[in-house]
Amino acid sequence: MMSYVFSHKIAPTIFLENLCLSFGRDVLFHNMNLTIASGKWTCLLGASGVGKTTLLKLIAGLIPNPFFQGNIRCDNKIASAQQVAYMAQTDLLQPWLTALDNALLGHRLRGSYSNTVLAQAKKLFAQVGLKGAEKKFPDQLSGGMRQRVALVRTLLEEKSIVLMDEPFSAVDAITRFQLQTLAAELLQNRTVLLVTHDPLEALRLGNDIYILSGAPVKADHVMQLENAIPRSMDDPDFIKYQRTLFNALNL
Amino acid sequence: MKLFLRTLFLFIGIIAIWQMVISIFNLPPYILPTPLSVLFSLQNHFTLILHETGITIAETCLGLLLGVLLGTLAALLMASFKSIGFWILPILVISQAIPTFAIAPLFVIWFGYGMTSKIATAIIMIFFPVASSFLDGLNRSHPGWLDLAKTMNAKKWRLFWYIRIPAALPSLASGVRVATVAAPIGAVVGEWVGASQGLGFLMLNANARMQIDLMFAGLWVLIIFSLGLYFLVDKSLKRLIPWQIN
Repeated sequence: MMSYVFSHKIAPTIFLENLCLSFGRDVLFHNMNLTIASGKWTCLLGASGVGKTTLLKLIAGLIPNPFFQGNIRCDNKIASAQQVAYMAQTDLLQPWLTALDNALLGHRLRGSYSNTVLAQAKKLFAQVGLKGAEKKFPDQLSGGMRQRVALVRTLLEEKSIVLMDEPFSAVDAITRFQLQTLAAELLQNRTVLLVTHDPLEALRLGNDIYILSGAPVKADHVMQLENAIPRSMDDPDFIKYQRTLFNALNL
Repeated sequence: MKLFLRTLFLFIGIIAIWQMVISIFNLPPYILPTPLSVLFSLQNHFTLILHETGITIAETCLGLLLGVLLGTLAALLMASFKSIGFWILPILVISQAIPTFAIAPLFVIWFGYGMTSKIATAIIMIFFPVASSFLDGLNRSHPGWLDLAKTMNAKKWRLFWYIRIPAALPSLASGVRVATVAAPIGAVVGEWVGASQGLGFLMLNANARMQIDLMFAGLWVLIIFSLGLYFLVDKSLKRLIPWQIN
């Protein structure tokens, strides 16, 4: 059904090596190591304030080098910041742009806008169920629709790494479920790093699930699941996964 | 319609209180003329007042236009080049520290008795609120938007055009609102310190000749013009910049 599949680039594996980062006297990371597998969904679970967002920002190149030590590298030898698309907790839509123009923001900001990109954007709008909403402004859209626009904006970046910071946390449960399904289908073959508070979301979408805890933060690789995503929640195996993850979370 | 009714009630209320104060304290017309005598004065000196009003309106509108334009440009320059801001900002603050009344006579010497010196006075009053509020908006773009733009490899000028400027327009609008209120004051102050025409000149002259009713007539016209201008600017800004930035 979904025809927009990312396949023309091989998504990289990301290696975080001996990361050290402190805010004043608080040591957030100390010699932290983490490998984010190529073309898979890696989910990071953990309490608020543990440093999940900071980790995403480091990979996105939003925290400049003098503020941290260690190495962030990709196996394709390109800097991670050059190949990421970022989807934040809030949709970050510009209120003065229409939904379609919001989705095209990256191309406008780089000056790479073209009719090909426009056609692609329109096609994606139809695929995510936003047909007819192209000319609407963000304040005329529901929370779920706004996140769909943000998802299209992310896809149009054509980047092989997608960083997602709780992008589905602000919408209702049913919309969240739909958005997870949509994202899983549209982000195939990309290296996805998803930060989430929701263990069930991690189980639906994650290939590798890590729990982040402590200060300095420690990343525990608690699960590795090879089967296809999005996983159906009524699968008997799903209950088993849930038990394993809940045990790891002491639930 | 609701607004019109409220304005009408307010207007009638003020006139009634005015008349009551005169009746209760038995004030002579050279202290406070009755509303009716002001109305007659307005009728008797209609062509004169109309002419002077036209002058003041022209000064105010030109001053407002140029002041907003200059303030906007200064804010854009300061936001794009930090080194320029470093030098312009102190000048901006100094220009505001000098009382308008002190510098207005100087403008008359520099720019003459004509409209130029009044426009200059209005610009001096308008420039700062416009520049400072717009600069504030430009420097306080939502950090999330800036992060997003950075991951998108935004070019500096495109970031300005597509994110920083539109995000700062509501701040610019509040600066322009303050400027709209200040502009007629600037023009009238300019006329007070040295002019041969305009509402300020008319009022000053009427005052000196004890024509208090004529002075009040000028004041009425000035107030109505100022309110109308503010109303017009406010409505246009709300239509042009409908978004809010939290």
